[in-house]
Amino acid sequence: MANKIKSIEELRKLRDQLKQGTAVREATSTRIIVGMGTCGIAAGAREVMQAILKELADRRIAANVETTSCIGMCAQEPLVDIAQAGKGRVTYGNIKPDAVPRLIDEHLVKGHIVDEWVIARLLPEGIV
Amino acid sequence: MLELSMHVLDALQNSVDAGATRIELRIEEDPVADRLTITVKDNGRGMAPELRARVLDPFVTTRRTRRVGLGLPLLAAAARQCEGDLTIESAPNRGTRLEAAFRASHIDRAPLGDMPATVLAILMAPRVVDVDYTHRIGEREYHFDSAEVRKELDGAPITDPSVMRWLNETLRDGEAELEGESEKGKPRT
Repeated sequence: MANKIKSIEELRKLRDQLKQGTAVREATSTRIIVGMGTCGIAAGAREVMQAILKELADRRIAANVETTSCIGMCAQEPLVDIAQAGKGRVTYGNIKPDAVPRLIDEHLVKGHIVDEWVIARLLPEGIV
Repeated sequence: MLELSMHVLDALQNSVDAGATRIELRIEEDPVADRLTITVKDNGRGMAPELRARVLDPFVTTRRTRRVGLGLPLLAAAARQCEGDLTIESAPNRGTRLEAAFRASHIDRAPLGDMPATVLAILMAPRVVDVDYTHRIGEREYHFDSAEVRKELDGAPITDPSVMRWLNETLRDGEAELEGESEKGKPRT
C-alpha cells in the first residue's frame, strides 16, 4: 500500500514536470509509428515499441510514438515509420528490439537515414 | 503467437479499429476449475450478424475489411486446442464481447506472457482509448484503469515516454505482487 502511494506521488511529479515543460518537452513534430496488426504483433512489434519507449525515455528525446494497423507489408514486420516535418516519412522493415538504439541514434539524433533497413520512403513533397 | 498476451493485444487492436473508447479486459485464472478465461468487452461500433458470422473464417476475408483477418481465427484455434473455445457476442452500435477460455494446465496452452506490454501498447493508439484491466488469480485480483491515470495526469500526455516508463513499472509491480501472493496459496500448474 505504501508503494502505491509513493507511486502516485511519482506520477504527479511527472505530470507537473510535463506541464511545466521542464522535462525537455518542446513541441515535437517527430512521429514514430509502429505497425501493431496481427502480423506485427506476431513478429514482435510490441517488444519493439517497448524498446523505442525505453530508448526515448533514457535519452530524453521528444517524439510521439503511436501504433497503426496492418498496412499490407506483413512479411517485413515489425515495421517502424519515422515521420518528421519537412523530412518526409521513412519506413523501416524487420526492426528487432536490438536495432532500436541504433535507429534512434542515427535517424533522430544524428539526422541520417539508416539506408540498409529502409523499405519505403515518402518524400517531404508527398511524392511516393 | 508465442504468448496469450499477444492474442489479447490483437483482440484489443480490433476494438481500437472498431472505434472503441473504452475496453474492459479481464484475465481470470481459476486454479480450482483449471480454467483460464480472457474477456474483452468494448464500446466500439460492433458487428452486424453477417460479419459476426464470418470473423472466425480466415478464408472469406478481404484485406480491405479491417475487422477481419487472421487474428480471431488464431485465437479461436489457440483456445480450441486447449479444450476451450472462443465466443463472440456483438451487435451494431452495441460493442463487442469476446471470451476465450482455455484449460489452464493444457500442455499446448501458451504462457500468458507480458500483459503490461499489451496494455501499454493499446494506450499508444493514435486516439484516446482507455483500458480497464483486471487480472484475477483465484481469490486475488489486480486492477488497473488507464482512465484513472489519465485523470491524474490532468491533460499531460499519457504517451510521453516518462509516463510510459511509470506505467510500465506500476503494471509490472502489480502483476508481480499478484503472482507472488498467489504462489503462497495453491500451487499453479
